[in-house]
Order: sequence, then C-alpha cells, then structure tokens
Amino acid sequence: MKPFTYERPGDVSTALALVAEIPGARFLAGGTNLVDLMKLQIEQPSHLVDVSRLPLRDIEDTPEGGLRLGAMTTNSQVAADPRVRARYPALAQAILSGASGQLRNKATTAGNLLQRTRCAYFYDTTKPCNKREPGAGCAAIGGIYANTAIFGASEACVATHPSDMAVALTALDAKVETQSGSGEARVLAMDGFHRLPGDTPHVETELRPAEMITAVVLPPPPPGGQIYRKARERASYAFAIGSMAVAGGKVALGAVAHKPWRAEAAELALTQGASPAEAMAVELKAARPDGHNDFKLKLMARLGAACLTTTGAGDGQ
Amino acid sequence: MSSVKDWAAPTPISENRSGLIGKGVDRYEGRLKVTGSAPFAYEVEAPSPPAYGVLIASPLAKGMVVSADISAAQAAPGVRLVWTPHNVPAQGERGAKINPRSQRGSNPALAPRIEHFGQHVGFVVADTLENAKAAAALVRFTYEEAPADLIFEDNLAKADQPEGEEDVRVGDFEAAFAGAPVRLDETYVSPLQNHAQMEPCATTAWWEGDQVTVHTSIQMVKGGQHTLAETLMIPSTQVRLVTRYIGGGFGGKGQAYDDLTLAALAARELGQPVKVAYTRQQMFQATIHRPAVHMRVRLGAQADGRLDAFALEAVTHCRRETPFTEHAANFARSLYAAPNRLTGHRLVKLDIPAAGPMRAPGEASGMLSLECAMDELAEQLGLDPIELRLRNEPETDPETGKPFSTRQLVRCMTEGAQRFGWDRRNPKPGQVRDGRWLVGLGMAAAIRGNFLLPAKAGVRIDADGTITLRQGMTDIGTGTYTILAQITAETLGVPLAQVKVELGDSDFPPAPGSGGQFGAATAGSAAFAAGMNLRKALAELAIGDPNSPLYGDDPELVTFGGGNIAVDNRAEPLERLVARAAPEGVYVEGSITPAADARDYSQHTYGAHFAEVGVDPDTGEVRLRRMFGVFAAGRILNAKTAMSQITGGMIWGVGTALHEYNEVDPRYGSFIAQDLAGYHVPAHADIADLSAMFLDEVDDKANPMGIKGVGELGIAGAGAAIANAVYNACGARIRDYPLTPEKVLAALP
Repeated sequence: MKPFTYERPGDVSTALALVAEIPGARFLAGGTNLVDLMKLQIEQPSHLVDVSRLPLRDIEDTPEGGLRLGAMTTNSQVAADPRVRARYPALAQAILSGASGQLRNKATTAGNLLQRTRCAYFYDTTKPCNKREPGAGCAAIGGIYANTAIFGASEACVATHPSDMAVALTALDAKVETQSGSGEARVLAMDGFHRLPGDTPHVETELRPAEMITAVVLPPPPPGGQIYRKARERASYAFAIGSMAVAGGKVALGAVAHKPWRAEAAELALTQGASPAEAMAVELKAARPDGHNDFKLKLMARLGAACLTTTGAGDGQ
Repeated sequence: MSSVKDWAAPTPISENRSGLIGKGVDRYEGRLKVTGSAPFAYEVEAPSPPAYGVLIASPLAKGMVVSADISAAQAAPGVRLVWTPHNVPAQGERGAKINPRSQRGSNPALAPRIEHFGQHVGFVVADTLENAKAAAALVRFTYEEAPADLIFEDNLAKADQPEGEEDVRVGDFEAAFAGAPVRLDETYVSPLQNHAQMEPCATTAWWEGDQVTVHTSIQMVKGGQHTLAETLMIPSTQVRLVTRYIGGGFGGKGQAYDDLTLAALAARELGQPVKVAYTRQQMFQATIHRPAVHMRVRLGAQADGRLDAFALEAVTHCRRETPFTEHAANFARSLYAAPNRLTGHRLVKLDIPAAGPMRAPGEASGMLSLECAMDELAEQLGLDPIELRLRNEPETDPETGKPFSTRQLVRCMTEGAQRFGWDRRNPKPGQVRDGRWLVGLGMAAAIRGNFLLPAKAGVRIDADGTITLRQGMTDIGTGTYTILAQITAETLGVPLAQVKVELGDSDFPPAPGSGGQFGAATAGSAAFAAGMNLRKALAELAIGDPNSPLYGDDPELVTFGGGNIAVDNRAEPLERLVARAAPEGVYVEGSITPAADARDYSQHTYGAHFAEVGVDPDTGEVRLRRMFGVFAAGRILNAKTAMSQITGGMIWGVGTALHEYNEVDPRYGSFIAQDLAGYHVPAHADIADLSAMFLDEVDDKANPMGIKGVGELGIAGAGAAIANAVYNACGARIRDYPLTPEKVLAALP
C-alpha cells in the first residue's frame, strides 16, 4: 500500500491550492468510494485533502426559484430537505434508492457525481481495465459480466456510471458549479458533465485537474410529474441494473451508459405525440447490446413506458 | 453401547423444573459481541507485538510457478520474510498423516502446482499490514500455463459417478414412469454460491518452545489442530488451537486454510507472533463454495396424485483434486411415498476452487428441484399442492421401510396453511394484483436429517459454587454457549448466572464442532452427561460427608434444585458442600456416543414454508411480501436462539431463490462476484414480514434430551416456496435459480 498523507484545510482556496501544488493529491469528501478503492490499491493518492467540512454544506434557495446544493451536502441531508421532497421528488427518490442509510449519511453531492463505475472488472485488479491502467485493455468486453452499457460504449470501455442521484439531476437539468486554484469558476450542464468512454475511459468527467465542484444548482422544477424508478437485484443496497428519471418532459436513464443517459430521442418523440412505449422504442433503437446485457432492452422499454405513463409525460403534448 | 430405549427415561431436562429448557434466554456472549469486545481470531492479543502476513494469489487457473523474483519485496520497508513455492519451509505432503490418531491430513500452502485461480503462491510478512501488502505487490512470478476445465455446463458430458457411490433404486423406476398416466420430467438448476461470511479466515499464531498456540476461525477445533500438526509434521500435543468466536462459518470454515498454516510457520521462523487474514476477495477465490447442481426430476403419478415413480438425479461439480459431492438427491429418499424410486449423483471435475459443504448441503439446493416439481405436478393434476403431498405421505421411510422416530410433516403443512391463510391462494396464476404488483402464494415442504456424533464435555464446580463447562466445541454464532449454559444449569438445578461456559480450545474435552446441524444435540448431550456425572459425584460427596445434612442418605433420593442438593427437606447449597468437603473443587467429564440401534429409525427434522411474493411486471423484480414456516425439530432448547436459527435459514432460502449466485469467468477461472457489494444476499428491505413457529415435539430416539438440530432445516425448501409463489403470481415457471429480474423479465409475456 502506498503511504499517503492527510490534511483538512479550513477554506476552499487552501484546499484548491493544496491539490494544485501536491502531485498525486486528491480531494476526500465522504470517502465512501475513494477509501474502498484505496484499500484495493485502485486509487493511490499521495495526499488526501479532506474537503468534507468546508463551508459548502448548505441548501439555499436561488433567486430563479431553484435550489443550490452545496457540494458537501450529504445525500441524507438533500433527500430529507422539505424543499427537495416537495419540488424535486425525483431527486429525493433517486438518492433514497441508493446505497444504505449509513453510506448516505457520509456520501456527498459532489462525491456522488464523482463515484467510479462498479464494473466487476474495474474492481478486479487481476484483470486488464483501461480505466485503471489506460491501454491495458478491457476484460469486460468478451466477459460474462452483464451490468454493462447499451448506449455509447467504446472498444475501450463498456462500464456504466453507477449513480442514482446523477440520473435524476440529469432529468432535472441541473448545473454543476466548479472552482479552480486559479480562481476560475465554471458552470457545467449536468448532461455534459460526465463523458462517454471513447478511447480515454479513465477520464470520466469534464473537470480539469485540481478543479473542485462547489455546488449543484437545480433550476426551478419543471411543470409536470416527476419520478425515479430503479430496477435492481435486491430491494436495497444494490446498484441499478436499469433506472429512469422523468421530470416534466425530460427523461434520463441510468445503468445503461458511461454517464447518465439523457433520452433525447424519447423526449422528442413524446413532443411529437408518441405514446410512452413508442417513445422508449425510438430511444432504444440506438442501443447496442452485447449479447450479455440484452435484457436491458426489455427492461428499459417496460420500465420507461411505465415511468412515462405514471408522470403523464406522454399526455397532451 | 447404549440403546435409544435408554433415552426415554425422565431426566432433569425433560422434567425442566426451573424452566430453563426452552426459555428464550439472551445470548451468553451477546453483550461482548454487540459491544465489539469479543476478541475474534485476528484481534486476539499476542504475548508480544506481532508481524503481519499477506497472501499472494495466482492469476492463473492451472499451471506451474516456474520462478519468482523476490528481491524487490525482500528489500521493501519492514519486510521480515517472503515465501514462494521455492523457499517455503518443508510441510507435510497433502493429506499425509504422521500422528496415528489424526482426524485430518496435512494441508500444505504455497504449492508450485496451480490448481485454481486464486490459489496462494506467495506470502509476505512485514512489521505492518500496509508494508506487507506493498511488498507483496513487488514479487514477480513467471508461470507456465496449462489448459483448464472451468465451466460446469461445458463439461457435463464428463460427469462421472462419485467414487464409492451407487445410485439407489427401489422397484423398477423406468417401467413405472413409462406406464404412469401423469408424468413430469424437468431439470432444475441451482447456481454456485459462496458462503460470504462476515469474518474472513484469520489466524494469530505464536510459539513457546516447541509448542504453538493458534487462535483461528474454524468450526472444528480438533480437525484444525490435527491438520496443523500434520502440516508442520509435529505431534498434535504440540499444537493448541483456540476458536472462541466465529463471525460466520456456514460450513465454509469446517476446514483449515492457508492463514493457519502460514501464520504458524512464519511465527516459528521469525520467533515472533504472526497474524494472517484473508482479504474479502480471497474469501471468494480461495476458500470453498457450494457447487452448482443440475437436477433432473421425473415424477409418474396416478390421476389421483399418488406417485408410482419418482427419480431425482443430480449432477454437480468439484475441484479436480478434492472430490466432494453435493448430495442434492439424498433428502428425497425419505420424503414422499412412491414404490418405484431412483436417486443418484454425478460429478464433474473442474479446475476451479474446491466445492464443499455450505449450510444444509444437499437439501439447500436439492429441495429447490423436487419441491417445485411437486408444485408443477399438482397443477397438472388439478390438486392443491398440499393435498398432493398429503396423498404421498409415507407411513414408514419410503426407501428403507424403517419407522420414523418422529414425523410431523403433515401437521407442519396443515397448521401452516391455516395460520398463513393458504385458502386465499388462487390456483390460477397471474390473477391477483396489488397496484402494479402481481401477487402470488407458494408453499414447499422441508426435511433435513438429524445426527448425533461422539463428544465429551468436562464440568467443574468450585468452592464458590461456580460451575464451569468446558468443551472443545465451537459457537459459530448459533447460540451454543447459551444452550450449553442452560443445559448445565437445568441439569444441576442452579441459576443460569452460576454457570460459566468455555469453548473452542483443543485442550478441552473434544466435541466434533459446528456443522450439519448436529452441534446442539451432540455437544449438548455430552454436556448433559457431564452434568449428570457431576450430580452423581456431588451426591456421593454429600452422603459420605459427616458434616452434610445428607450424610448416609440413599444416593437415589438425592435431588438438585434452587442451587441446593437435597433429600426431602434436608438441603444445603452446593457451594457450602463443595467448600467444606472438596475445597479444591470437583471436576468430572461426560460423554455421548450414538446409540447402537439409532439407525433402526428414519430420523429427520421437518417443516413447511409458505410465501407471498410480488412480481413487478415492468422490471421482473420479485419482492417477498410475507413468509411463514412451521417446523418440528424435537425439544427446543432456547426459544430465541432456535427461532433465530430457523428464520435465519428461511432468509437464506429467500436469498437462494432470488439473489445468490456466482459465475466463473470462462477466460480466467475467477469468480465474477468477489465482494459483498457484488455478491448479493438478502438485505433488510428484502425481508418484510417473516416468522416461524415450532410444533411441540420430543424425539426420544435422537439423544437423551430429545432435541434435534435447527441450524439447517430453515433453508431446506424455503427457496422452492418462493419460486412457486412467483409462478402463482405471474405464471412464469423459472427452473434456473436464482429468479433474478433478468430471468423473470425474460419469462414474462
């Protein structure tokens, strides 16, 4: 195990400076994923900069009628917030469908977005993985592990993004606010925050080195119903094998791609009068199952149609 | 040798004067465990600061370690030793025995020949776990790879009869099946499963002179002691093995692993205590597992449901070098009447980790087949599944004709049906909805053998009245400490608080350990015998003591109760007697052996499971809504721990039906799931409303206390009840366990 050092700065600018200056330094928030990966030596930071107690822990109303979730708000805190529950039920449902109560108490909004794939071969350090070691190859391709991508996969990587919360945030058109050591602040659209694998699957987001998420901003809730539903192999404490968030006319799918999958084709079809089932069929036309994950087609078709029917997303367009 | 007839006489246990037998008393060690202060093997404090060992696993499934470069690892910070197949100290050859009374042979570590993925090929000890781990990554091996057979389904054609076994035939199955008016011929598949214990295999070892003390996590103390002695090639008297607590065993810790061998070897080499634990991944890749089983069931029945012909043929797999048969057909030999019968097993040898026993070996996977087949046959016949079973209830053991010691299967089913509300089941599938959920009910029978093995126990009373039971038994979390305290207290008529129980030490009188749901009956009967011997010793002491109020009394009239020894109204507290007449204390031993005529009876535990499930037609997810079981398993020693065992078994059955499986990667021979996030067992949310009850029963053919095991019965059949409920809910009959959303969705219209 690589020795590492730890430090807990008191403000954002110090944290940013530390990570910018120290080679191999990483931000540590809830630690629910990073620490696990360090135990397996998949992540080997030289220095941990603990940002979990920085003053980014509030949920504030925005002038536009939305909410700003501080980067270090915990999953439990966001899911329990009365404003989130009343105005963004899909987000509360998504968060509560993930992990366990103990993990949600530790896990943060920013950390959730940055959690890494749960692909079995990513975790199995005896197998090649382009995420762990760029250029090593992908053991998931040609393997029998079935919880892989049906959209946007590449010859380098077929992993999926495991977050539930990020799927809801995508359907809700959230924005990610960041800050860099240089003082530069950026705002990234949720849908563009995570990347498809291409030939650099180890680069998972648009964040630059030493750039930090400071908040996630929810726009005012869209008109229309919201829902998040998740299919999984047991009732709790399991990652999705397929999930779907609907917020008004916006649709996002989970566990089907390297990022939360914005179902734009389905959205468009709905505006053109397609039924929920027809809209899902249009979306799934672009899917490329690999023989092991074909079940996701039927799963997403049915789950998707059910979600769209429940929220009335296909009505009156 | 004793006869079962000797066991029918009244005893302090059957009289149960203080009411301790059956009472749901709290766990003896419960406070230690919930406060985190029960030292498990890895946490035991060594007499001097320990070093830490880390195991290196083979990335190949089959081949040879050609060479190893250990120079970088040896030079790494804090490293004390680096071993590979080429420099590990000499160990006994696999299976070899030099001690004449050894129960187990040698289990050497770090062999050059690789027989499965994850086999350990290297071992590093350093001053800290972190340094050992870092150094382990620096060892460079070169291998010679050999072709391996890895996938069960691809090698079914190589299935052979297990050595020394034959099929069991009664009547003429083929003819009867061919002539039966109603027939069923289906194959059911149970997957490979892992034990997934919370506590990994772990050992803390140190030497004093030529004596080694090992604290390890093993279900069989004697077995572990003998294995280590043979591996180190020393007399077993030089090995003291201690297992005070086990954080989950389930059969997976019935044997010793490399942590035990290498901790002891390294502690000897370094003259320093050494701790070794498996990683979570090594628990999957380098211990044993329950093998997958393909089970062909053929049933031939008359139109009224009576079975003419019954066959269950099971094909399973094991590691090439360590034959083990999952006896998935054995349970069926005593379950239903049918004059023409065929049961048997076939075995495929593979180059994957060893198959071995896992909680309810045989029944846990086997009953998933027949108990679904009975449900399918009932539907074919237009009979209720319980009615079909009632029509095939045998009067004597259907294979051997032996009388049953006790058999309350019918009452388990009828009582359960009434309490569960079985009459609300619509026999036509797919008819009941609750919101989006399709709802169905299912049931299955349960049967699991009952066993008694030879065991001893020692019990002493000290001058302060403390009674201490000592036994080389283990408590794998089932409540063994607690029931042994209850038995001892009730036998000697003292309050529970006066009894101490010390287990898990090879220096103590031997007991076979925990497994096969024989622990309570076996260890308990020996403890009872020891208690009875102590009564006798104390009675003699009192009668022979001129200062005792019982001086000169008839020993037959002596009674024990309320902490006193008495004859009529003459009594004195035990501690007063011992302090005066035997101030150094009194120690006796007792033993149990199976009765000579025990095998004249067909002896089992029985039960019936009832389940209600919901099936989500959008996703194929199955969720248990409620489950209820009724069981008959002899006299119940502790209402609380027995209920925990039986409901824990049922919950495992839920996992068997819906969650648990592992797969071998055909390219590497490794398991896909290798941690508790990837290997799913039921979470709390999967178990909504699950309960059970025991029928009153005493089996006086079982042992002197009339008790039986409950550790495995709860799993038997539980998964089949779930699968039958899934069918009733949605009309999808899935014969390939577990019933994952993927499979259910594929089967839904």
